[in-house]
Amino acid sequence: MAGREQFEADLNHIKEDIIALSNSAVDALCEAIDALFNQDLDLANNVIDKDDLVDEQEHTINDQTILLIAKQQPVATDLRRLVISLQVTADIERMADNAKNIAKSTIHLGEGHRLTIHPCIKEMRDMAINMNKTAMRAFQYEDISIAGKLSDMDDEVDQLYELIVRDLLSETATNPEKIQYVMQMAFSARYIERFADHITNIGESILYLVKGKSYKLN
Amino acid sequence: MATATKTQQISIFNTNEPDKGKTKTIYSIENFNLWYGTDQALYEVQMEIPENKVTAIIGPSGCGKSTFIKSLNRMVELVPSVKMSGSIEYKEKDIFSPKYKVEDLRTDVGMVFQNPNPFPKSIYENVVYGPKTHGIKKKSILNEIVEKSLRGAALWDEVKDRLNENAFGLSGGQQQRLCIARCLAIEPDVILMDEPTSALDPISTTKIEELVQTLKKDYSIAIVTHNMQQAARISDKTAFFLNGEVIEYNNTDKLFSNPDDKRTEDYITGRFG
Repeated sequence: MAGREQFEADLNHIKEDIIALSNSAVDALCEAIDALFNQDLDLANNVIDKDDLVDEQEHTINDQTILLIAKQQPVATDLRRLVISLQVTADIERMADNAKNIAKSTIHLGEGHRLTIHPCIKEMRDMAINMNKTAMRAFQYEDISIAGKLSDMDDEVDQLYELIVRDLLSETATNPEKIQYVMQMAFSARYIERFADHITNIGESILYLVKGKSYKLN
Repeated sequence: MATATKTQQISIFNTNEPDKGKTKTIYSIENFNLWYGTDQALYEVQMEIPENKVTAIIGPSGCGKSTFIKSLNRMVELVPSVKMSGSIEYKEKDIFSPKYKVEDLRTDVGMVFQNPNPFPKSIYENVVYGPKTHGIKKKSILNEIVEKSLRGAALWDEVKDRLNENAFGLSGGQQQRLCIARCLAIEPDVILMDEPTSALDPISTTKIEELVQTLKKDYSIAIVTHNMQQAARISDKTAFFLNGEVIEYNNTDKLFSNPDDKRTEDYITGRFG
């Protein structure tokens, strides 16, 4: 295989691994939200345990990327492609950390807390899943028009987060004894909002890859 | 993009910034064409080579980069049947003007070649060959030139105790630095380098690259290289040649991070050539 073909194959391999890693982060988010709504502490613990696998996979992708930089000494778009691979992988790892934090909140809330989990949290989760799909499509095809959509999508997540926080604040005003539980719920909403922010960062990385300049999406 | 209004641009690399301070032009090339017989090797080359900077010329084999660099000191005229049009001005004087003596040009413009080519003489005699040709005979002045030139070429410490030994006894890297010293001995303003490290090992290559960085304080350097990492490391400006045309001439940082032309990107990322 000629040098360039091998390089393309190695780049594709890294890209596939990154997309798989983002799916793991989304799976972790879904399981964490299920655990939160169902008061399923086993599932929450499972999410926390599985985060080590994400960290491991992050290191593997980083090692592969650094090795490829060393071996191929890429320039221009190829170099940016590998640099953003490191950035995107770091963002996905942080996404998975946010899912893990939701699982930790679930454990803090414990079983039988009789608290109604704000239904919009599920809506935020769905938005985040959708954002990840968009980001990964933009990443796969290096498409900045798709990446640009993440800005508006992130705004919607932020608006929903603000709505949840407002509702929870009025809840604490009427039921101050619930404050510890309500706080954990607010944290969970915040973790999804941060999850979405990292997806927006991925969009920014794609813009940098294609345009060679930095742009802000949030 | 729908989000354009809120999209904020931040510059990471200041690659589009003009050179800080006023950079003087040493060579001004306009609409330069060159033919070997009926084969056209260079097409409408348009470039300004800055003073006291390193300008790299890159491109695939046969793209005209060596022809171009050899035009800058009129060495290309040694090839029979060569024809040219357009102009090359060195310090605002047309180098092809009948009034311009080629000897004067080559005193100002030294050249280092791909393979080290010392004369079969002592190290000392290699360095003083040019000054002697220019009529310098006084031993004390020649000694001074030898030390200054060898120091300039970062070779003095390695050879100061064996100046009378044959230059062929030096390693390839040392021989190449001796050729640079020989070039410096005539006190040129410009040094042209045609793939000066392609026959050298990595350590000798590093020494030459470091030397180029030092030399640019006092000399303007144009270097043809096949090694793109080398061009990226040592040059301030880079010209990408393809099929005799200058496809892109840009600040090196810009050309290697975000080139303007797709063909440049394809070449530097190894998609062809």
